[in-house]
Amino acid sequence: MNLSSLNWNSLLPELVIVATSLIVLITAVVGKVSRVDRIARGHALAVVTLIGLLIAAGLTIMQLSQPASDFMGMVQSDALSHYLNLVILLAAALAVLLAWDYLGRFTYSFSEFYSLLLLAVAGMMFLGKSTELITLFVSLEILSISLYILTGFNRHQLASAEASLKYFLLGAFASGFIVYGAALLYGDTGSTWFSDIAANASGGFLTLAGFALLLVGFAFKIAAVPFHMWTPDAYQGAPTPVTAFMSVGTKAAALVALFRVLQSAVSAPYETWAWALAILSLLTMTVGNVAALRQTSIKRLLAYSSIAQAGYMLIGLVAGTVLGLQAMLFYLFAYAFMNIGAFACASLLESDDWSELQDASMANARGLFSRQPLLATALAIFMFSLAGIPPLAGFFGKLYLFDAAIDAGWLWLALVAVINSVISAYYYMRVVVVMFMEAPDESTRVRLPIPDSAILAIVIAVLGALLLGILAGPSFASLGQAVVAWRF
Amino acid sequence: MVPITYYLILSAVIFTIGAVGVLVRRNAIMIFMCIELMLNSVNLTLVAFANQWGNLNGQIFAFIIMAVAAVEVAVGLAIVMAIVRHKDTTNVDEIHLLKW
Repeated sequence: MNLSSLNWNSLLPELVIVATSLIVLITAVVGKVSRVDRIARGHALAVVTLIGLLIAAGLTIMQLSQPASDFMGMVQSDALSHYLNLVILLAAALAVLLAWDYLGRFTYSFSEFYSLLLLAVAGMMFLGKSTELITLFVSLEILSISLYILTGFNRHQLASAEASLKYFLLGAFASGFIVYGAALLYGDTGSTWFSDIAANASGGFLTLAGFALLLVGFAFKIAAVPFHMWTPDAYQGAPTPVTAFMSVGTKAAALVALFRVLQSAVSAPYETWAWALAILSLLTMTVGNVAALRQTSIKRLLAYSSIAQAGYMLIGLVAGTVLGLQAMLFYLFAYAFMNIGAFACASLLESDDWSELQDASMANARGLFSRQPLLATALAIFMFSLAGIPPLAGFFGKLYLFDAAIDAGWLWLALVAVINSVISAYYYMRVVVVMFMEAPDESTRVRLPIPDSAILAIVIAVLGALLLGILAGPSFASLGQAVVAWRF
Repeated sequence: MVPITYYLILSAVIFTIGAVGVLVRRNAIMIFMCIELMLNSVNLTLVAFANQWGNLNGQIFAFIIMAVAAVEVAVGLAIVMAIVRHKDTTNVDEIHLLKW
């Protein structure tokens, strides 16, 4: 074996991201800059990051129709990983736009921030491609460790440091379960390749325990109940651009990786694990939605809502069919637009006081419509989309997911999900009511002037949520063609 | 030669001690050391299995876990330092700004 026999092309998007990350990182140690120049340099780094993300997205789009398996079968690029890459790159680009202005409020360490963000992106992209246990573990750790640091990036604020500690301790705990599961599967089959595991698994205790431990670890990463305890704290304490990015990216990558494990490493009939996933999904949506009902902070409300959304997306895995996968990918795109958009709006409602729990509280949004009608309308669109109101992207995403569940014979799960959507409408609408119906008072706060980069991010997210809704049929169909090409 | 079952039982016991430790300990550093215990018990499992199967995958996996554990130490202790600068404590029960 030699290096040139490897098909580096299939990993080109990831390599571009890693290279950009290193370029951005090296600027941290090159040259001295005054404080004023540092902000300008931060903006330049953001542009470099965006260019890297765009190149990677372009390369991914060019490879869309070329499935490839390489590095001795350790990574696989196919429709699944390509679409996952696009979701992650989109989320990262929107997060960079949010961080553009936001970051300068509490730190000058711009190169470290963008470099870690890109590393997390690379980890997520590799995670979606890995078809081997060691690769899976290493990419999972790359993304997790980068995100632990990013969560605590605003270290002068206790809430951010605390969020980081909680995320770190529970995340590392979950990693322990994942590696133990991986070790047991290796012991069972003598190989770390998914295909060998599927072929040689004994089906006995080691197989069962191995997959169960892997499932627990993944449930932590996608914040599925009962492994969700870290999520609200980490999401509320982290700087908002980071929250927006990780709420979409980590979930997307972990869901796709879990799907790949279940499809290519499990030899037992899919139904055995579908039941465990169905119960996880049921608990996740119900607990997430019920806990969100009484939140007074918009950021924390969105954190619980993202737990509930993970429950909806798990339905696609439960179905385990072409339709289910297609619906999950469509929902991931819709979710990327509406969730990051909602966090973008929330970041503008935060108070500037770092000493207190700087937060986007519901009171800050009171009567927002009379003061900032466009911002209030944008946030309302995201809330309607998350609640699943036609003709927005969230509605069609849910429709396709529930349809896939019914199609695969999971009628009760679809019914539970519909009831959950109704419950969730209550708290999403509450935000809208507060903004539109209540009179503004002294506590209504918006950071003014609203930075152009945040406006751009919000506009992109609004357009995404609207267009994916209006063009739901064609975009769902085009996802379908790519997914069907994937082996089932 | 020691049968592989002994190694597996030992590592399962160590893993359980680590996992229980994470749940009952209140000091962030101790919780962190319990997580390290879990990772090292996995290393023992992997090396035992690698010996059993006669291939190197498990050994390499164990090395990679060590490297990752080292990274986690660097990041984890830095995060604990950031907390101590604010609160002068490593007791996780006293770090409760974010709740419900």
